[in-house]
Amino acid sequence: MTPTHTMISRLRGKAGSRRVNGLKIAPRRWYCLPVMAVLLVWFALVSPSQADVSPQRAQALLQALDTDDFDAKAEAAQAIAASDAAQKTRWLEAFLDGRLGRERDGERFYIITDDSGREWPIIDAITFEDAGTGSRRSVDAFRINNTLRTQLQGLIASLSLDEGDEATRLDAAKRLIGEVDAQSVDAVATQLDNEESPAVRAEIETALALYRVEQGEGEALATLEGNLDTRVRNSLTTIANSDAPIAADAEKVLAGIENKRAWYERGQTLFFGLSAGSVLVLAAIGLAITFGVMGVINMAHGELIMLGAYTTWMIQQLLPGQPGLALLLAIPGGFLVAGAFGILIERSVIRFLKGRPLETLLATFGISLILQQLVRTVFSPLNRRVNSPDWLQGAWHLNEALSLTLNRLGVLIFCLVVFAALWALMRYTRLGLEVRAVTQNRAMARSMGVRAARVDMLTFGLGAGVAGLAGVALSQITNVGPNLGQSYIVDSFLVVVFGGVGNLWGTLVAGMSLGVINQVLQPWVGAVLAKVIVLIGVILFIQKRPQGLFAPKGRTS
Amino acid sequence: MKPNKLIKWLAMSGVAIGSVNMAVAQEDDTIKVGILHSLSGTMAISESTLKDEMLMLIEEQNEKGGLLGKKLEPVVMDPASDWSRYAEQARDMLTGDDQVDVIFGNWTSASRKAVLPVVEEENGLLFYPVQYEGEESSENIFYTGAAPNQQAIPAVDYLRSQGVERWALLGTDYVYPRTTNKILEAYLKEHGVADEDIMVNYTPFGFSNWQSIVSDVADFGSQGKKTAVVSTINGDANVPFYTELSNQGISASDIPVVAFSVGEQELSGIDTGPLVGHMAAWNYFMSVDSDANYDFIDNWVEFTDDETAVTNDPMEAHYIGFNMWLEAVREAGTADVDAVKDSIIGVTVPNLSGGSSAMMPNHHITKPVMIGEIQDDGQFSVVWETSGNVAGDAWSDYLPESQNLISDWRAPLRCGKLNVESMTCEDGAGDE
Repeated sequence: MTPTHTMISRLRGKAGSRRVNGLKIAPRRWYCLPVMAVLLVWFALVSPSQADVSPQRAQALLQALDTDDFDAKAEAAQAIAASDAAQKTRWLEAFLDGRLGRERDGERFYIITDDSGREWPIIDAITFEDAGTGSRRSVDAFRINNTLRTQLQGLIASLSLDEGDEATRLDAAKRLIGEVDAQSVDAVATQLDNEESPAVRAEIETALALYRVEQGEGEALATLEGNLDTRVRNSLTTIANSDAPIAADAEKVLAGIENKRAWYERGQTLFFGLSAGSVLVLAAIGLAITFGVMGVINMAHGELIMLGAYTTWMIQQLLPGQPGLALLLAIPGGFLVAGAFGILIERSVIRFLKGRPLETLLATFGISLILQQLVRTVFSPLNRRVNSPDWLQGAWHLNEALSLTLNRLGVLIFCLVVFAALWALMRYTRLGLEVRAVTQNRAMARSMGVRAARVDMLTFGLGAGVAGLAGVALSQITNVGPNLGQSYIVDSFLVVVFGGVGNLWGTLVAGMSLGVINQVLQPWVGAVLAKVIVLIGVILFIQKRPQGLFAPKGRTS
Repeated sequence: MKPNKLIKWLAMSGVAIGSVNMAVAQEDDTIKVGILHSLSGTMAISESTLKDEMLMLIEEQNEKGGLLGKKLEPVVMDPASDWSRYAEQARDMLTGDDQVDVIFGNWTSASRKAVLPVVEEENGLLFYPVQYEGEESSENIFYTGAAPNQQAIPAVDYLRSQGVERWALLGTDYVYPRTTNKILEAYLKEHGVADEDIMVNYTPFGFSNWQSIVSDVADFGSQGKKTAVVSTINGDANVPFYTELSNQGISASDIPVVAFSVGEQELSGIDTGPLVGHMAAWNYFMSVDSDANYDFIDNWVEFTDDETAVTNDPMEAHYIGFNMWLEAVREAGTADVDAVKDSIIGVTVPNLSGGSSAMMPNHHITKPVMIGEIQDDGQFSVVWETSGNVAGDAWSDYLPESQNLISDWRAPLRCGKLNVESMTCEDGAGDE
């Protein structure tokens, strides 16, 4: 038996239920596989010398995978990992990807090198020689399930690992928490002595302390104070509810942990609320200009958002493989495309309907239907997939209890930047000055030499362009399809009216507070009811205060 | 252009607006097959494929010589995802110029409920191909999709066998998820799952703000018991849901998600890399290993002229339903609705997973149930399968209000809602 094999058989023996301190702790079957992999990574670095095994032996190793029983497959995979076969890493990788298979009416094994089409190029799994093409009819690919997948990843990691880097060791150490037992405690303690990285040390110390607490050592509790790991919390809960002598102390530590977690949870709810609010603000801020400042009821606003999202998709199609660059280019791109459509709408329809809000409403509603159908005809009614660049995927883990998803964080920052830019534009540029002048007193502004028609066009274009920017951001968090705009138009009007027509700050505050209120309500009453409550709340608020949160000051109001 | 090519071209290019009778040459001696699937609006994504499939099946049958010596003639209408229009067009198909002999159609439960009174009143035949919530039985509807005991219950059984002890039931807020979750809750509690180990949450159609719900689920799953999500989330909302799962770092090995409304078609628009290992429960997967399936896929690829065309479970349901209807018409020697209704019960035809399916007296069919795990190529790999066929159950045994009900449309009983305790036939079909 190789060392790897011994380790595995030893581990298999201990996966039953454990008795800790008189408490029966249920077997945690789903943990034992990762732990097996962890210990393999650590203890089985001595891989057997690799040589070509005989074709018969290779055939036998692969043959063992050809079964419908996933437990038998797992054993076969371990046998492969423990064998001397030079091809073993490649086999396991192909197995993991579902690309290792067997000839349906024959004895040969194949690796499918590319499974994207219906005819696959295949190679012989033992000799790696080209074997022509295969298809589902001729090659039966071995299937794996979740448990086996986790296990295979561990096996492959242990095979390809030379001297695990810090990240690998940290990951491994995290998996140890709650899994240390009488057999492995000494090995883990030795590991702690040899470990230099403080982060890894902290995790191992937690793992050891938890084990000692489970054994009834009260002094180890100090190490666990304020630890946010859920496994620590769960173990302490079990101990605190038992009649162990340290139950009272454990409860005290537990209360500290729960208190700390509660604070982080509030922080997380706030972040969720702000990020939901930032989406509302982005969607509404263009409308705050066209509806709020100019007074045009633009029902096609949602479709301008949709155009921005489609622009992102098109730019990604032009730059395959570079979603990050495409997204950055889409920011000016989306602005220009949606802005151009906005100017077109203003020139061709809206300017002829000045001062007739009902007709404007109907006409722009018609435009929104036309734009939707245009997109359906040009692109297809199906949703389009916009890829996220790596830096917008995953989450920023501040600690065990608080992590911020990067796409939402990105949208939040983008929203604030767009808001600041827009505010500066309205406050400090000539265009902003003219816009404010025209909206406050059109006749007076014209008599001062401001070309009101041109200002109208540019303002509407600006509002439409900002809607396009919202579309670029939304493409990162929701479906890009012809109906994208419809889901935001009502929310946008809601935010603008609530915030106070004609006030950018009002839109920001209104959007953010509606987002936070919604997220606070959601866990209690559910997503559907939360939305209803918010809507009723806004209606009542508007009844009481028709001018919204921030009333515009000036003669026109 | 050959006539059937022309038919295909017309149909594929979406010229069919409203009611377009698509036979190039009107023949008196045809059997008319109504196809009632939305080709525009929100449901077009799913339903237009089924319309194409039906055209393919009809074309194939006509190449084989038709039925009873007559040609089959498709009658396509577009209800445009508007439930009341389904009812109008079904009536039009049954009583208008076309007088179809059978209808294949509908997707959502809402549209089926709208059509139900029409087919009962006009005595039509409707084959409904989508998994649904059960609690319904109509003399005129044949349910070839899965009833809850052919999808939801076996899926939960599989997860239980994998050690799952806590359950998050997430769904879109409408009749199918609500009824299915009601049945699942009753079933889980019957098997000793405590109240606090079940979390139920509903979200609106097209929901995209998943952060706090996913974070709640993660928290719910971190209490030391193996947790799984049972998802009846429908349509668009799935993409942001799965994205949020992967962004928050929840993989299938932490908290697996088993979905009842996500198939190959839905996955074709998503990057499935982060979803590998999440599951779906269906009665058919495109990756099923059988010659009947491979032939079906080859024909479908050829018919659509698209190398990447996918097949899915409702397509198999139509395949089974169409073949059952053909067989029943042959047996009856006529396409007359009453004769076919009697002769179809007990008809057994091959399905695509290598076995065969039979039509039960309760107008549901028998099929195997499979659990598939998502692969990075957008396909499912079958990891578990019932050992035999499961017969569809119209009235759930796990809900107190329906546990004593059965449905049997054979003579002389002919009752869709028979209370076996009192042996009385409660008011026929269509109970909400």
